[in-house]
Parts: sequence; C-alpha cells; structure tokens
Amino acid sequence: MAVSFTAAEQLARRHRFQWWETLPWIAALAAFFAFPNYLAFATQVLITILFALSLDLVLGYAGIVTLGHAAFFGAGAYTVGMLASHFGWTEPLSGLLAAALVAGVVGLVSGLVLLRTHGLALLMLTLCTMTLLEQAANMGAAWTGGFDGIPGLSFGKILGLFSFDVLYFRTQYLYVLTVLLICFLVVRMLVYSSFGQSLTGVRENLLRMHAVGAPVRIRLVIAYAISAALAGVAGGLFTQATGFVNLAVLGLERAAGVLIVLILGGYGRLYGAFVGAVAYMVLEHFLAKAYPTAWQLGIGVVLVLVALYARNGIPGLAETLRGKRRSAP
Amino acid sequence: MDLITILLGGLASGMVLFIVSVGLSVTMGLMGFVNLAHGGFAMLGGYVIALSMQHWGLPFGWALLLGFVAVAALSVVLERFFYSRLYRATELDQVLFTIGLVFVMTAAVTLGIGPNSQSVVLPDWLKGQTDLGFIQYRSYSLALIAAGTLLVLALWLGFERTRFGATIRAAVDSRRMASSLGVDVGRLFTVTFAIGSGLAAVGGGLGAEILGLDPNYPLRYLVYFLIVVSVGGLGRVTGVFFAALLIGVLDFVLKIYFPKGGTIFIYALTLVLLLARPQGLFGKKGG
Repeated sequence: MAVSFTAAEQLARRHRFQWWETLPWIAALAAFFAFPNYLAFATQVLITILFALSLDLVLGYAGIVTLGHAAFFGAGAYTVGMLASHFGWTEPLSGLLAAALVAGVVGLVSGLVLLRTHGLALLMLTLCTMTLLEQAANMGAAWTGGFDGIPGLSFGKILGLFSFDVLYFRTQYLYVLTVLLICFLVVRMLVYSSFGQSLTGVRENLLRMHAVGAPVRIRLVIAYAISAALAGVAGGLFTQATGFVNLAVLGLERAAGVLIVLILGGYGRLYGAFVGAVAYMVLEHFLAKAYPTAWQLGIGVVLVLVALYARNGIPGLAETLRGKRRSAP
Repeated sequence: MDLITILLGGLASGMVLFIVSVGLSVTMGLMGFVNLAHGGFAMLGGYVIALSMQHWGLPFGWALLLGFVAVAALSVVLERFFYSRLYRATELDQVLFTIGLVFVMTAAVTLGIGPNSQSVVLPDWLKGQTDLGFIQYRSYSLALIAAGTLLVLALWLGFERTRFGATIRAAVDSRRMASSLGVDVGRLFTVTFAIGSGLAAVGGGLGAEILGLDPNYPLRYLVYFLIVVSVGGLGRVTGVFFAALLIGVLDFVLKIYFPKGGTIFIYALTLVLLLARPQGLFGKKGG
C-alpha cells in the first residue's frame, strides 16, 4: 500500500482530534484546583473565550467584519436577567436556551437585512444595531432597569443539583466550563463540516463562490445567526455567574474588547479565542487596575503593530517571524 | 423654546459635526480606508487650541490656525509612515490599526495633560448675544453657523471649480481610471488627508463648547462622525454638509423633547437609510 497524502486525504484527516487539543481543557481543570481564590475572574475568562469563539465563527471563518457583536451578548444577558427578575424564571439551563434563542433570532433577523451590504455600510449597520439595542435597554427602564441594570439576581440549582456558589464561584466555573466545552464542540464540528468549508470559501473568494452556485447569502445569514446564539449563551452565562446585568454588556467597549481578544489570539483558528482571552484578561487583570492609562497605551501600540506587521495575532506574528504563510484553516 | 431657537442651536451643532467629519468623508471616499481615528485628530486639535490659548495667551484665531497646522503636519507623518502601508490591507486591519491609534492618542493625552476636560475660552466678541432683528441669540452659535456655511461654500468651490478638486472627484469616482490618466492618487490622498485632519482639528476646537473636550472624545463621538459620513455619502462634501445639519438638528430636538434616550431615533433612521441606500443619501451607486 503506497503511502501518499493527497490533498483530499489531508482534508479528511484535519477534523480528527489531535492530542494537544486536550491541553486547554486540562489546563482549565488544573486552574480550578490551582487558583481557588481566582475562580470568579477565571469564570469571566471562560465566558470571554466563548464570546470570542462566537465572533471567530463570523469574523475568522465567514469573514464578516462586525463592530457590533456585543449586541448578541447583551441580548442573551438581558434575556436571562429579565426572565429571572420579571417572571421568576431562574432555572439556569432553560434560561441559557432562552438566551440562545433570543440572541439567535436577533442575529437571524438582523443578518437577513444587514448581510445584503458589505464594507463600510455593513460596519456601520452592525454598529448601529448594537447602539440601537443599547439605547433601547437604556430607555426601557421598567424592564431592563435602565442605566443601573438589574442587580442582585439569584438563580436556581443547575440540573436541580448544584447551587450557585456566591463566594468562591466553584460551581459557576465548572458550569461555564462545561457549557464552553459543548459550544466549542459544536463550533469545531461546524467549521470542519462542508458548511464551514463553504464559509471559508466565501471569505477567500466571494466571486468564485457565487460562480459555483453556492447559496452565499443564506449561508452567511445562518452562520451569523448561529454565532449570535453562541454569543447569547455567553451573555446568559455572564448574567447567571455574576448575578447582575447592566448596560456594559452591550456597548462599543465590549464589542471592541472581544474583537481585540480574538485578534490577539488569532482569528480563524478555533483556539485563537482561548489564547487571546487568557492573555488579554490576565494582563488586564493585573495591569489595568494599577496603570489604566499605560494599559490603554500598551493595547493601542500592540493593535497598531498587529495591524501593520502580524495580520493574525500572536500566532500570526510567530509565523511571520518564521517566514511562513498562514495556511487556510 | 420656540422653533427658531431650537433650529439655530441644532444648526450650530450640525456645523461642528460638518467641520469635523468632512475630511473623513473625502479620505474614506478616496481610499476606501476605514479611518476610526478621525475623531482623534479632532481631539488633538482641540487640545492644541485650548492649551495654546491658556498657556501662551494666543488669540482665538491664531490658536485655530496653529491647531490646523499642527494636526495637519502630524497627520502627514502618520499617513506616510503607517496609513499608506494599509491601503491594500483588509478592512479588519484598517479597523484594528485605527482603533489602536485612538487608544494611543487617548492614553497619550491622559498621560501628558490629564484626564480632565479642557475648555476653550472664547474671545469677548464671541460672548453674549447678538440681535438678529427678530430674535436674540448666542453670538457664538451664530458665528459657528456662519463659519460652517463659509466653509462649505469654499469647499464646494474648491471641489467644483478648481483643477485640484476635479482630480479629487475623479479619484473618488474611480481610483484606477484617475491613476491611469496620470493622477498621483497617493500624493492627492496625502494632501486631502492633511487638510481633512486639519479641519477636524479646527472642528475640535470650535466644537469644544458643544461637544466638550477630554481624552475620551474620539471614542464617544466615533459613531456620530461615522453616521454623518455614511448618511452623507462618501466623498461628497455637500452630502456631508446636509447630513451633518440634519443630524445636528435632529439630535438637538430629540435631546430637548426626549431627554432619556431620544437619540435612539437617529440610530434607527440611520439603520433604515443605510439598508435602503448603502451608499448614503447623497452618494453615487457603485463607484
């Protein structure tokens, strides 16, 4: 039997799990035991990973540049918050599903209309959609608590077994980690499926995808909606883990923040969200409090450098240094 | 408040929006460059103007000139060394670069000057009220309206009646065609970028009264400047003028009648408009 790795075989093998893919999860579990006092912060890191992962699906794979991804994070966060405060719906898992559903519908509807456009108009439209939601949340104070948001939420036991741990965040951490794992597997399956391949095709050569008769727009809309639903789950987890929701879940700051996280980690490579979120948030946690201005200066300089030289985050910088072109994901 | 008062107030803030955004419209139209750092030039200009008046006692007019020259010079340096490397880059890289630049500008101003807001002290002849015959109104707002109107006339003449303006219009319509006819689009862009940034600087100083002036200025008004430009259409001076007035007046009216979140209508309108006409109200299709 001749051993020859044709392109087709290589493509077929790509989706298989590699041994190193278990490392992030082992590290996450190790962190649970190693840093029991930092679990509240670590939970936020996991939520950011999920949020960045959802952005990776549209930005890294489908190539849709959006400045308004926090719209979906916020939609999910407010869904869980309002269900809990107004309807006493505190069951966490169904709350997450509701968050995914609402954010997914927002993504589907906005995607259907927004994705007709491209370039600056698309950038503006995503920004406007998010700002619109933010203003709506600000205005509808009776429902959303307006500027102050909804504080002091408490949620029921997960699966009726594990109650939220207000002091040490142990339950929250494992709960968020489990949800992240499930969502990650979904995204991983998606990007290696033929659907994911066609998204990459749209990103790389829109004209050719049209020419081969691929239903480009509907695929983009579906990817957008799935990504929105995942971002909604991240938002829902945020509300459940922290017990409050306010306008900060929706703003330009959060949208730009997640974009920066994904860019630093490298987009279109699944694990970029992990690298970026951990690196960014750990640095931010220790530097931003002590030297907020210097932190902003540093992030700005890094962004400029990445845009000028690296093209694809920290892993991209390493590849540029090694003089190697990024192969298609 | 009666109608005229509201209209004049809205027009004054619309003029500020116009002076700041017009350069952004032309440079985005020319190069298709997504420049989110434009508000940063307005802020830097505002600081130069405010500080040179406070510390050196420069008269208002000279301070405006100094702001224009200083920021235009800085923008030429930035354009030659950084922006020009990203003309062919993806939108994402342009967004990242300019967001990074905004962060650097904001942090640099906070570190160097401080996080407090600055104010531009108006000269005596712009303080107080002016009698228009039918109404008494703030002299400064009236001066802003006059300055904005003069500027749009000057720019319109420059665009429509000079050779330089004609080459800009040609390059906005089709960069490839213009450059194959021998127009040096790169140099054209450097010059328009400098003028646009300089105008933004003047706008930052003139508008400090209305928009305020502090290190967070570029991010706070980013969406507004972008809305003005995308509603007006890229590379359209008169389009941006009308869009800026429209949004200025709308914003003023909404803030009076719906102080809590009335601006939501501006975002909704922009959304609907851009869906119907992605090229903006006054932009040309395609291009």
